Amino acid sequence: MGRRTPLFELHQKLGARIVDFGGWDMPLQYGSQIAEHHAVRRSAGVFDVSHMCIVDLDGARVGAYLSHLLANDVGKLKAPGKALYGCMLNETGGVIDDLIVYFLGESWFRAVVNAGTRDKDLAWMRQHAGKFGVTLRERTDLAMLAVQGPQARGKAVSLLPAAAATKALALEPFFGREIDGWFIARTGYTGEDGFEIMLPASEAERVWKALNSAGVASCGLGARDTLRLEAGMNLYGNDMDESTHPFESALGWTVALDPPGRDFIGRGVLEAIRARGPQRKLVGLLLSDRGVLRAHQKVLVPDAGSGEITSGTFSPTLERSIALARVPAAAGARVQVDIRGKLHEARIVRPPFVRHGKALVS
Amino acid sequence: MSNVPSDLKYTKTHEWLRTLPDGTVEVGITDHAQHALGDLVFVEVPDTGRKLSAGEPFAVVESVKAASDVYSPIAGEVTAGNPGLAAQPEAINSDAYGKGWLMRLRPSGAAAALLSPAEYEKLIAEEGD
Repeated sequence: MGRRTPLFELHQKLGARIVDFGGWDMPLQYGSQIAEHHAVRRSAGVFDVSHMCIVDLDGARVGAYLSHLLANDVGKLKAPGKALYGCMLNETGGVIDDLIVYFLGESWFRAVVNAGTRDKDLAWMRQHAGKFGVTLRERTDLAMLAVQGPQARGKAVSLLPAAAATKALALEPFFGREIDGWFIARTGYTGEDGFEIMLPASEAERVWKALNSAGVASCGLGARDTLRLEAGMNLYGNDMDESTHPFESALGWTVALDPPGRDFIGRGVLEAIRARGPQRKLVGLLLSDRGVLRAHQKVLVPDAGSGEITSGTFSPTLERSIALARVPAAAGARVQVDIRGKLHEARIVRPPFVRHGKALVS
Repeated sequence: MSNVPSDLKYTKTHEWLRTLPDGTVEVGITDHAQHALGDLVFVEVPDTGRKLSAGEPFAVVESVKAASDVYSPIAGEVTAGNPGLAAQPEAINSDAYGKGWLMRLRPSGAAAALLSPAEYEKLIAEEGD
């Protein structure tokens, strides 16, 4: 038996197929995974993401701490509630985890890290916290729901009193704030608009049922994976890990080398990599033939060697197969993928594949 | 509860067999198997004329999540792969024992150990969902 979120029993009652995900018993799907995917693209769906680790960081020097810990620069966060996505790197520039931090006050940030990396993340964060006088508080008292889709915000605020609903609807993208005891953020992992809501664990089941009653579909990790892949978002452990650096993981945009004096872990190695040019890159693939691209399939690049698919699936929106693949930096527009011993033509495209319900590649 | 028709034979690897009036055998995957796989999005069926030995993989069924081999329960020569599945792989989800058939073959020998409907029901009950 794995770890369970406060919603585990409800998932079972709703008929979910439960699978292990990073040591957690999580819902893969409730009915049709494709129907759940379309619900988020066309209307609204809710995901239990309570397995993710919410950790509050407190201390007068918490800004300096995160400035050292993260490859992205929390100095960019000027407005209270603003979120920043970035990577926590090891000394060799490898990605320990990707995470979101919310700037909640001069001495208070909130980080959300992946479930599967929770223990090593916390150990690493604690190891570096001492000299900055920062304390970590795991918020295991909170559940987290992701309500996503073009109608997600409207349906979610229908559960709130009028004043709270107005505040929630006023949130700009990538901002979060405390509203009547809930932390509501306009963030997500689907390529659609929506909220991620952190709320007391004891309220989670009631809120989930109310969302269902408001027409928000229960969605599992299966749909979450096809949605994030269509949105061109990396999955830690698949698309990057401690053996890969951000520049070969399509995460260069999250590495802030300015200001030059900011001393973050991994900086020296990243500067050297950037100076000589990364050897590999993470790209999007669109399969020309029928079939399904899967992680670990070999990608043959004309005149440049070979690479490997890191995440692949059937895209329910495009009705064809898409993937992320790590390939030699010199790769051009066309590649071949070895699917069970047969070579299939695929095209390199720039993710996202789908955003706000619309196909961006063809 | 999975649907296990009483007029078919089954395998431990979740295929079903139907003997047709002309002596050929129709093969597909069971309702239990399609349910476990989830939404099917791609199916590779064998070419007509391909010779199969018992236990040989003859088809690949891919759901959103994963690809799975399907094994021939019996040796023989393929007389048809289901042409409808290229455009409608989801027929296996909606009609596993009908429109979702994978291949027909002319047997060249005896089948490996096949399960009766009651034995197959027992097998999937033991495996759980």
